[in-house]
Amino acid sequence: MTGPTALPPRVDRWWRRTVIGMPYAWLLLFFLVPFLLVFKISFSDPIVGQPPFTPLLSPQGPGLFHISWDNYRFLFDDDLYLVSYLKSVHIAFISTLLCLLLGYPLAYAIARAQPPWRNVLLLLIILPFWTSFLLRVYAWMGVLGDHGLINNLLLWLGVIRQPLKILYTDLAVYLGILYSYLPYMVLPLYASLERLDPDLHEAAADLGAAPLTVFRDITLPLSLPGIIAGSMLVFIPAIGEFVIPSLLGGLDSLMIGRTLYDEFFSNRDWPLSAAVATVLLLILVLPIMVFQHFQARDQAGVQ
Amino acid sequence: MSDSAKPPQRDAARANSRPWDDPGQKPFVQITGLTKRFADTPAVNDVSLDVYKGELFAILGGSGSGKTTLLRMLAGFEQPDAGRIVIDGVDMTLIPPYARPLNMMFQSYALFPHMTVGQNVAYGLRKEGLPRADIRQRVNEILALVKLEGLGNRKPEQLSGGQKQRVALARALVKRPKVLLLDEPLAALDKKLREYTQFELMNIQDQLGITFLVVTHDQEEAMTLATRIAVMEAGKFVQIGTPTEIYEFPRNRFVADFFGTINLFAGSVAALSVDTLRLRATDLNGEISAPASGCTTGDNVWIGVRPEKIALAKTAPEGAPRNVFKGVVWDLGYYGNLTVYRVKLENGRIIQVSAQNRVRSSERVAEWYDEVYVSWDAHNSVVLRE
Repeated sequence: MTGPTALPPRVDRWWRRTVIGMPYAWLLLFFLVPFLLVFKISFSDPIVGQPPFTPLLSPQGPGLFHISWDNYRFLFDDDLYLVSYLKSVHIAFISTLLCLLLGYPLAYAIARAQPPWRNVLLLLIILPFWTSFLLRVYAWMGVLGDHGLINNLLLWLGVIRQPLKILYTDLAVYLGILYSYLPYMVLPLYASLERLDPDLHEAAADLGAAPLTVFRDITLPLSLPGIIAGSMLVFIPAIGEFVIPSLLGGLDSLMIGRTLYDEFFSNRDWPLSAAVATVLLLILVLPIMVFQHFQARDQAGVQ
Repeated sequence: MSDSAKPPQRDAARANSRPWDDPGQKPFVQITGLTKRFADTPAVNDVSLDVYKGELFAILGGSGSGKTTLLRMLAGFEQPDAGRIVIDGVDMTLIPPYARPLNMMFQSYALFPHMTVGQNVAYGLRKEGLPRADIRQRVNEILALVKLEGLGNRKPEQLSGGQKQRVALARALVKRPKVLLLDEPLAALDKKLREYTQFELMNIQDQLGITFLVVTHDQEEAMTLATRIAVMEAGKFVQIGTPTEIYEFPRNRFVADFFGTINLFAGSVAALSVDTLRLRATDLNGEISAPASGCTTGDNVWIGVRPEKIALAKTAPEGAPRNVFKGVVWDLGYYGNLTVYRVKLENGRIIQVSAQNRVRSSERVAEWYDEVYVSWDAHNSVVLRE
């Protein structure tokens, strides 16, 4: 491009580097550096003081470096942590599955709607984002509580005599995550379903595939990138979710976000909570790498 | 498989058999009174058609003529509002697409991007539940027929446009359908490849004996491929006939103009002899002779004459009865094999003449602004009543 408005090559190259470099600089500054700080703290011992942990570099100690593995050892000794990690993965997994089961037909219907309707329906999907997340989760307490909307309605209808215990159970957590994260599932699914060429469905039908077979052979495999992207967008934040299990979950809905909060604020054990956070990050990075693998394979297929 | 030493049987077979003229023949595809409305506007309006076994039938029409809707109703993707579709004696009108004994080649080819060429072609056979060994054998056979041996493991995006077209053809043919529907089969190919593929299609059709139904907007494609053509306009068939019938004996001005190029003159019949009429043309200084065509004096009709039927010379041609007009070469297009002249007659009317360049020469019969005479025999005029 050498139009009259084109930048000179050197400025152009500089501009490109800046544009590409900026988000990386942002991530370096606000993700990698803080993480390294947390990582460093996870090798310290807790003390009463300011800051509440021992320095790694101790000139007055026996050695120059003082690295403690106690925090990580403790994570595996006390099964509280293992239980809450597993519980987090369990709840995030079930919630992701629920989001997929509800979100797929929804995204499919929107992708198949008349074009002028699609934007309206998509707008309705993201409409809840216009209200504060915290407020919406609080509202669910009012809906699910012993004297909430659902129980009052069922009591009034005479379906039940005693209020159902919904709030402060895992069910309430599932409902909360399903409600809050559904748009993150629907949007990538919609994007991949909307791109599908309707000729492909007709071609499959023409070759002898009944509607359900067309879905299994054509629609489902071709929307796999959307399924993976949507599932990652729900699963990853759901694992570390703190607000929903704290407000809607019971005592046994102990997720890792809650444990982390307790260690940090109640016990003031910074090194241990740093270790909890580091392990959590490892658990989260794993599914991202799986996702990257699928994407790379997809890209390779296109070329 | 064809023996390359032997010329294709196509021409002989086609010239000798005209099943549509034989009242004893039963039509293979029978469409009666087929109608489809979209929001009260009929896209296909009370259309009836008989296609015979082994025909290569073309439905020709512009965009919005209803040809695609007709094809989609045949495939089962659209439900007709009225009418019936009978194929080989079985009523198909209410049968869903996946249970119809016909296959379609899509204009977009619609190859499954997540499957290899082999998987694409095998898909229809797998849905039939054939044994694996049979599927492999038939896929290999059909890939050989369309000259794609060895490409079975490629993905569609690794193929050229012509290769994709042949995969789509193979995928539709491998099920041995009673009728193969082809939606603009050559539209996405470049000119050289089109000409080649055109003959390939005809050869494959001859070898397999499957009835082909082609939908196209390209009159050249229809003319070279088809045994018969139905010209479609505004949801109805305007004319059904062999390519020659439609080109040389168009039923009305729409067909004459849509199908090739034609010079049209409006006027009224001034005089009649036994077999010739004389037309007083409204935009010519003079009269045109044409076959009588059952007209009476005073009828308002049109006369059409194809550019290649007109001769062009610098001197006045001798011998009657010919239509002769004097004019000036106004424009000139050199196509190599022929030269197209646009000649401005004395009263300002421009007519198109095309001349074969039979002799290798750097000189042309006429150059820009040369005075020329254009002439044609009376029997080369076609009389059109509507």
